[in-house]
Amino acid sequence: MEMSFPVDMNLPINLFTILDMILLSMLVVVAIAIVRLNNLFSVVMLFGVYSLLAATWFVSLDAVDVAFTEAAVGAGISTVLMLGAMLLTSRRALPTTPLRHWTALLVVTATGVALFYATYDMPMFGDANSPANSYVGLEYMTRTITDISVPNVVTAVLASYRGFDTFGEVVVVLTAGFGVMLILGIDGTKPGSENSEPAGKKEKPAKNSSVASEAIKSPSNHHVVLGVIAKMLIPLIVVYALYVHFHGDYGPGGGFQAGVIFASAVILYSLIFGMAETRRALPPALVRFCSILGVLIYGGLGLVTIIMGGKFLDYNMLDTHDTIHAQHVGILIIELGVLVTVAGVMLSIYYGFAGRYRDLKDQNW
Amino acid sequence: MILESIGSSSAIGIDALWSNAAALVVVIPLIGGAVAALLGRGRIAWAWAVLCVLASFILSLFMLNLVLGGETIGYEMGNWEVPLGIAYQIDSLNALIITLVSAMALLALLFGLPTVEHEIDPKKQSMFFGTFLVCVAGLLGMAATADAFNVFVFLEISSISTYVLVAMGAKQNRQALTASYNYLILGTIGATFFVIGVGLLYMVTGTLNMSDISSILAGMGDDRVVRAAFAFIVIGLGLKTAMFPLHTWLPNAYAFSPSIVGMFLASTATKVALYLLIRFLFSVFQTGSSFETAMFDFVLAPMAVTAMIVCSVQASFQPDVRRLLAYSSVAQVGYMLLGVSLGTAAGLSAGLLHLFNHALMKGALFMAIGLAGLGLGVVRISEMRGMGKTMPFTAAGLTVAGLSLMGVPLTAGFISKYYLVIAALERGWWWAVVAIVVSSVLAIFYVGKMIEAMYLHEPAKHADGSVMKVKTPVLSLIALYILVLANVWFFFDPSLPFGLAETAASALIGGEGS
Repeated sequence: MEMSFPVDMNLPINLFTILDMILLSMLVVVAIAIVRLNNLFSVVMLFGVYSLLAATWFVSLDAVDVAFTEAAVGAGISTVLMLGAMLLTSRRALPTTPLRHWTALLVVTATGVALFYATYDMPMFGDANSPANSYVGLEYMTRTITDISVPNVVTAVLASYRGFDTFGEVVVVLTAGFGVMLILGIDGTKPGSENSEPAGKKEKPAKNSSVASEAIKSPSNHHVVLGVIAKMLIPLIVVYALYVHFHGDYGPGGGFQAGVIFASAVILYSLIFGMAETRRALPPALVRFCSILGVLIYGGLGLVTIIMGGKFLDYNMLDTHDTIHAQHVGILIIELGVLVTVAGVMLSIYYGFAGRYRDLKDQNW
Repeated sequence: MILESIGSSSAIGIDALWSNAAALVVVIPLIGGAVAALLGRGRIAWAWAVLCVLASFILSLFMLNLVLGGETIGYEMGNWEVPLGIAYQIDSLNALIITLVSAMALLALLFGLPTVEHEIDPKKQSMFFGTFLVCVAGLLGMAATADAFNVFVFLEISSISTYVLVAMGAKQNRQALTASYNYLILGTIGATFFVIGVGLLYMVTGTLNMSDISSILAGMGDDRVVRAAFAFIVIGLGLKTAMFPLHTWLPNAYAFSPSIVGMFLASTATKVALYLLIRFLFSVFQTGSSFETAMFDFVLAPMAVTAMIVCSVQASFQPDVRRLLAYSSVAQVGYMLLGVSLGTAAGLSAGLLHLFNHALMKGALFMAIGLAGLGLGVVRISEMRGMGKTMPFTAAGLTVAGLSLMGVPLTAGFISKYYLVIAALERGWWWAVVAIVVSSVLAIFYVGKMIEAMYLHEPAKHADGSVMKVKTPVLSLIALYILVLANVWFFFDPSLPFGLAETAASALIGGEGS
């Protein structure tokens, strides 16, 4: 196989390469800062910065879908969730013994050396003849238009060709939600109430939530400006989430990102108007049901295609006369499942954290 | 069209069940797990979980039967042909693993209801069973798939659900939370290493289907990227297999998890990871390549032997029964890895047979300890005193499984150790035989400590001097005795696991003409 250089050899350095290098060195700087800091608040913020830089870098690599997900999940909701977790613990990490750092450094160095060692035989960056660009990848690019006919090949791969992986990922998200609900309390019950009365707890969830809601004082009365702006923003965020969801076939986006954006709208609402209002609007039981419902929609479609005589997740069965149409319907249904589960789980996790705050004072934010 | 196919006779429905068996064996518990969390009460969720796992078990038996008939079952998800889509492939190697996992899940559920009712908050039980089902499905998916990235997805499903399940031991002992956290950190590093390896393989082959990768690698020369991928995948899966010295997460995770979880994980989790390691070592990477042989001789074999001895010694000094069994598990993983590192068909089939047998013995031992914990609150060996009188059936079951762990004749453990010794001698690895003997002697010591406590010490007595009898739940006892009898049965008739292991081993290695 002949090696061809993708970089125009007339220019000494490609401008995109310079941009990539700047972004990558910023990533390294931020990573080192994260390792060295003890202040957890700064660490969480820097994690957000790291994700945003990574997202920018992904854009420069033309991986817009990945960039979008990284921005929405890494820089967006996980920053909020980590802040939530931090509020439950402390603001500073305990100092660790230097020896532990050295072993970690040794492992990390060995990993880095292994990766550097491998780069020698790697295909050139951007090489059109590299295996990843010429074999299955190329086939996806050429076949998507006839098989599925959506402009965004990433969506075609994600939702149809490798739709089973995506189903697995949705279950991963649900399992994470189960984890938070099982460990922190299913309806966001307060700490102590679980351990002090282990068996035969008869009180209803509604009662629990009112106890919790009293604890979290709504700060709405002295944040008029915030309240007004939030009321204007929240509908727009929700509409944007729906746009991202339905536009996934044509551009970057889809159920994952849309679910996260929707959840962040609700979280914004709860930050401004308090948990009590949020619980009234979206009860924890409903949120929990949604997180499960999405998996049932996705998996249920797979079972339906089996009942209709096809294989698991064979969307063509949905309309055997017009398989393109069938693929579109299938992708729309499973993306809906993804949206519902992701939004439900993100909110369940948030409720799980929020239910444990003893008192949320202004200065804590 | 829709009505036509749904409205047709139920016979077609059954046909669809069998023709989609490969997918349904995984998908039923996967979706079932989500449904279970909706069922409000613990017992209903339990019954539902039993139903789902039973369906999986029946489907796996059906596929096992086909595989025994010489078939290889292929299944293309979404009807996309390989390598565009994801495929499942069931052959003699993973049919055994799938059947083992679904059978162990069924037995764990039959055994576990009273322990779950004792150990888990009533409000959380249905979601607990849901997570358990997801974990089962994750392990089954890892075993069934023929797609390297799909392995990662199901590895994540099983791992995350396992972290949650381990943490649920927190009601009994808060240490479960740190055990789960340590496992989470190490497990995530393992999964990350694995996915880096898969990414590197994709970089040089452009495909994710395992046999496709394998055939492309066969046409390639020595390549640094492949070497790095090999290292990353072996370390990643090694962490999940609890390969010495990457086993540090295991003892606490097994010891502090709820009884049902410890029992299920001990008999399946490391086994599935080991299966994947074997799959990657022998059917994805080129067997006989210089770095793989070097890895076998200079890394895998020494580590296996070290684990067999060091962890057996550690097991001997554990006062906590479940930690004892957990350390013994790491040592037993050493036996399996030793078989793999021999690099011969005989060694591999001995390792696979030991994998199967070890699941039977550790499953039974953890069940018995779980029942002892339920009845007597046993945590330490000293608390097992007089169990031969207070819990005679449980004690007897524990003894038989313990003998199997030692490798005493008339138990399955003897057979696999015997084949392992033969395979090691064939390659002239006398030092490995010495290690097997030393490790077995140590096993006699630590199993002996339990047997001694149960039969040679007097139990705690009531004020009037009468021995207190402890009632044991019947269903749990039945599950325990199914495993105990299996430990004896597979001594007299090891043809099923051994036949499959031999077929698998010769399919993986035989082609190389070794």
